Amino acid sequence: MATRHDTAAPPAKEGGAAPARPPSDTVPSQDAKKRARLSRRWQRDVRWSPYAFVSPFFLLFLAFGLFPLLYTAWASLHTVELTAPTDMEWAGLHNYTRIFDDEFYWNAAKNTLTIGIISTVPQLLMALGIAHILNYKLRASTFYRVVMLAPYATSIAAASLVFVLLFGRDYGMINWALHFVGVDSIDWQNEKWPSQIAVSTIVIWRWTGYNALIYLAAMQAIPQDLYESAALDGASRWKQFLHVTLPSLRPTILFTCVVSTIGASQLFGEPLLFDANKGTSGGSEHQFQTLGLYMYEQGWVSQHLGRASAIAWTMFLILIVIGIVNYVISRRLRASS
Amino acid sequence: MTTTLTKPPADTAPKPPRRGRRSRAARAGGQLHAGPIAYVILTLFAIGSLFPLVWTAIAASRDNQRLAETPPPFWFGSNLLDKLEFAWKDANLGEAFLNTTFVAGVSAATVVFLSTIAGFAFAKLRFRGRNALMLIVIGTMMVPPQLQVIPLYMMVAKLDWTDQLQSVILPSLVSAFGVFFMRQYLLQALPDEIIEAARVDGASSWRVVWHVVFPAARPAMAVLGMLIFVQTWNDFLWPFLVLTQTGNPTVQVAVAGLGRGYTPDQSLIMAGALLGTLPLLLVFAIFGKQIVGGIMQGAVKG
Repeated sequence: MATRHDTAAPPAKEGGAAPARPPSDTVPSQDAKKRARLSRRWQRDVRWSPYAFVSPFFLLFLAFGLFPLLYTAWASLHTVELTAPTDMEWAGLHNYTRIFDDEFYWNAAKNTLTIGIISTVPQLLMALGIAHILNYKLRASTFYRVVMLAPYATSIAAASLVFVLLFGRDYGMINWALHFVGVDSIDWQNEKWPSQIAVSTIVIWRWTGYNALIYLAAMQAIPQDLYESAALDGASRWKQFLHVTLPSLRPTILFTCVVSTIGASQLFGEPLLFDANKGTSGGSEHQFQTLGLYMYEQGWVSQHLGRASAIAWTMFLILIVIGIVNYVISRRLRASS
Repeated sequence: MTTTLTKPPADTAPKPPRRGRRSRAARAGGQLHAGPIAYVILTLFAIGSLFPLVWTAIAASRDNQRLAETPPPFWFGSNLLDKLEFAWKDANLGEAFLNTTFVAGVSAATVVFLSTIAGFAFAKLRFRGRNALMLIVIGTMMVPPQLQVIPLYMMVAKLDWTDQLQSVILPSLVSAFGVFFMRQYLLQALPDEIIEAARVDGASSWRVVWHVVFPAARPAMAVLGMLIFVQTWNDFLWPFLVLTQTGNPTVQVAVAGLGRGYTPDQSLIMAGALLGTLPLLLVFAIFGKQIVGGIMQGAVKG
C-alpha cells in the first residue's frame, strides 16, 4: 500500500506548483521568475514539512520513551535504592546474574506464562465464536456489540475489586453457584491454580468483547464470493468457517495474539488488586505474582531500583523474542498462502 | 422475504440444504439470519459482560454484614446513596474526577492532534527516512511500560513533581498507537488527488493539513480521542506510582486506595469502584454505536 503513494507524490516535487508544461510552450520571463521563486519555497516546504509534522511525536518519544528505556538499561547495571535514586553504584551484570538464583523471579516468570496462557487462549477462542455469531443477520446487533464493550470501559481497578468479592471463599457468588453442582468451596485466593484462574478471569472478562469486535470487523471484510463458491462446492457452514473464515482471519488472529501476549506479559494491576490482603507479593505464597508485580515489589517495596530495572529489561527481551517468533511465523504464513 | 426460512445457525452442524436453498444461502454468504441458539448464546454472553457491573452496584447498596452471608445478595439494598456519598468523600473522589477529566482530556486532545499530523506525514508525504521512522514508531508499541517507569519515576522525584498532574500527563502524550492508527486511516480516507489539487491551488503544507487533512480525518480523530480518553482514564500503573491518594489522585488511584482499613468496608469499596466506572459507562451507552464502529474500522486497517 505505502509504496504506491510514493509514486504519486505531489507535482511540486518535480519542481513547481503547477504541473510542468511541455517546453514548446513559450512562457513570459516575469512569470518564469515568479514561478521559480515560488518553486523554491515549495521545495523547502515540501522537503521539510514532513519532518515538522512527525517531530513533536519523536521529541516526546525521545524524552518519555527512548530516554527511559536506555536509562533503565543503565540503571540495571547499578545498585540503586529508591530512597536515593541518584546515588548509583556500579554493579556490572550482578543484577542480571542474581536472577538465575532468584526463585521468586522464576516463580513470577512461570506464573506470567501460565496466567498468560489461561487468559489468552480461552479469551481469543470465545471472541472468535462470538464474532462468528455476530456476523449473522441479527436483531439488536448494535445493542449486543455495545454491551460486550462495557467490560472494556471498566477500569482494571474496578474490575479487580468486584472480582475479589465474586471469588470470595466463604461468601462469594461463584462458590455459591458452584455448590449447586457439588463443588466444595474453593479458596480462590490461596490455592495456586484457582487463584491464577481467577486472575485470568478478570483479563478474559475485560478483553473478550473487544477482541470479538476486531474479529467481526475482519470477518465482514471477507469477500462474499469466497463463501459463494465454497457453498457451490457443497461445503457445509462449518466447513466454510474452517476453510474460508479462519484462513482469511489469519493476519487478524496473529495480530490479536501478539497484542494479547504483550498485554499478558505486562500484567500488573489485576494481580496486585486481586490480593485481598493488599500485598504486593501476589498472594501469601507468591502463587499469582507476575513479573510486572515482582518488578514493582523489588523496586518500590524492597526499594532496589537497580534490580527492578534488570527485571524490566528481561521482560523486554522476552517480548523481543516473541516479536521475532511472530515475524518468522507470519512470514511462513505469507509464503505458504 | 422467503430467505427467512433458511436454516438456523451453522454451529449446530446443519445437514446440507437442498439445491435451490443452497444457492440462496450462498448468495447471502456470511449474512444468514441468526437462529434462536445464536440469540441464547449472545444473551448469555451479554449477561456475563454486564453482571459484574450490576453486582458492583448491588454490593454497593448493601453493608459488610449482608455481604458476609450466603446466598449473596441478588437485589439492591437501601444503602446505595449513603455509600456513594461516603465513598465520594472518603476517597476524595470529587477532586479525583476533576483531575482525571483534566488529565484524560488534555492527553486525548494532544495525542489526537500530534497523531494526525504525524500520521498524515507518514501516509501521504514523501521524505527521507520515512520507512525507518515508521518502523521505530511500530517498535515503540512493543516497549512495556514497566521499562519506563523507573527512570520516569527518578525524573519526577528529581523535579519534585510527585503528586502533580503533569507527571501523569506528559508521558501519556507519547502514543505510537495513535500515529499508527491515523496513518492507517489517512492512507485510504484521503485521496492523493485532493492534496494535489490543494497544492496546485498554492496551499502550503500547513494549509493542506488545516483545510484538507483535518476535515477528512475527523471521524478517525473522534474515535482515537475516545480511545485515548478511555485509556488514560483507566490507566493504573504509572499514576499509582507518582500520585498518592491524599495528594492529587486520579480516579483509579483513589478507588484502589479505598477501604484500606483493618476490616475494609466492602460495600464502600464497591461504591467507589462504581463511581469510578460510571462516567465511562455513560459515555459508552450514549456513543456506543460510534465507538463500536470506530474500533471495527481501526481493526480492519490495522
